Amino acid sequence: MNPERRQLLGWGAAAAAGLALAPGLRLVELAAARSPEKAASALQRWGLLIDVAKCADCDACVSACRDENGWTGHGRPATDVQWIRKVSLRDKHTGHAQTAPLMCQHCEHPPCVDVCPTGASFKRDDGIVLVDKHICIGCRYCVMACPYGARSFVHEPVSGQKPEVPRGMGTVESCTLCVHRVDRGQSPACVEACSQAMVFGDLNDSSSEIHRRLKSEPSTQLRADLALNTGVRYQGL
Amino acid sequence: MTRIAAAILAAALALAAAADTGRVSQPVIKIERGEACVASVPEMRRDHMKMLLHQRDRTMREGVRTTRFSLKGCVECHAAAKTGSVLGKDGFCSSCHEYAAVRMDCFECHSAARP
Repeated sequence: MNPERRQLLGWGAAAAAGLALAPGLRLVELAAARSPEKAASALQRWGLLIDVAKCADCDACVSACRDENGWTGHGRPATDVQWIRKVSLRDKHTGHAQTAPLMCQHCEHPPCVDVCPTGASFKRDDGIVLVDKHICIGCRYCVMACPYGARSFVHEPVSGQKPEVPRGMGTVESCTLCVHRVDRGQSPACVEACSQAMVFGDLNDSSSEIHRRLKSEPSTQLRADLALNTGVRYQGL
Repeated sequence: MTRIAAAILAAALALAAAADTGRVSQPVIKIERGEACVASVPEMRRDHMKMLLHQRDRTMREGVRTTRFSLKGCVECHAAAKTGSVLGKDGFCSSCHEYAAVRMDCFECHSAARP
């Protein structure tokens, strides 16, 4: 081995050691929160992993979402907005019952984006699927197209919105993966409320917990037959 | 269209400053917070809608969340101390827009109140 090559390997080892100070503590993670002037990039893809076996019979995720994003119902379930809901699953033959949260699955190939006539429904570079309410005309094609029933239409005037979550009548909305929190380097409100069953992270980052678990443990996509490559994955279904 | 609206608004403001017409309620320009605006007054009067439009697309589509031209930033300084809002009779945004007869849609979705 020539001296230059040896030196190069030495630098490589030093760099690797610098990136991984100790298990669970890494320098790169400290710089993970994007600075406000930097645009979201396709290097990241945000996702969720939901362990249905650990999902208790509560609605902590739903109420956390409601509080964070300021959406409230009018007591009319047929027309009220719904960003996240708990669904009950029951095996007809065995009677085995489970509950799981269901929200926008943040697909890689979102049908809601395909059908939008104005371009209001779009996928951000980091994989978060959003509605640009400035140009949404409220046609509700996306509501029809979504196989998960994740989108809802705002039928009634809204007041008292949260400063970071604008909402208004005549537009469609759905889970934003708490994009305003993600941009600050935080995790979505539902994950913060229920860390035992939900994990949030970058699917592309090989050192993230979500990447590691998806790689080593079995998981499923809802309606995997549609090949949408969802950002939200389930375990124990 | 926005250019014409801006011109009308600028002219209306100039007129408002020049004379008290009496019969028409004047825009209320009372700024209670902040040291200086993000740009000069003539520039803000003429181009504030362009700044907001540009910023909104950058934030919505790209996730750029700089505060210089953010609507939240506007509300932060310009909300009235009494109501905590830029809307209402003496609201910074609403009183001037009413005077200039230019409809704004921002606050149908966005919060008009200081957090």
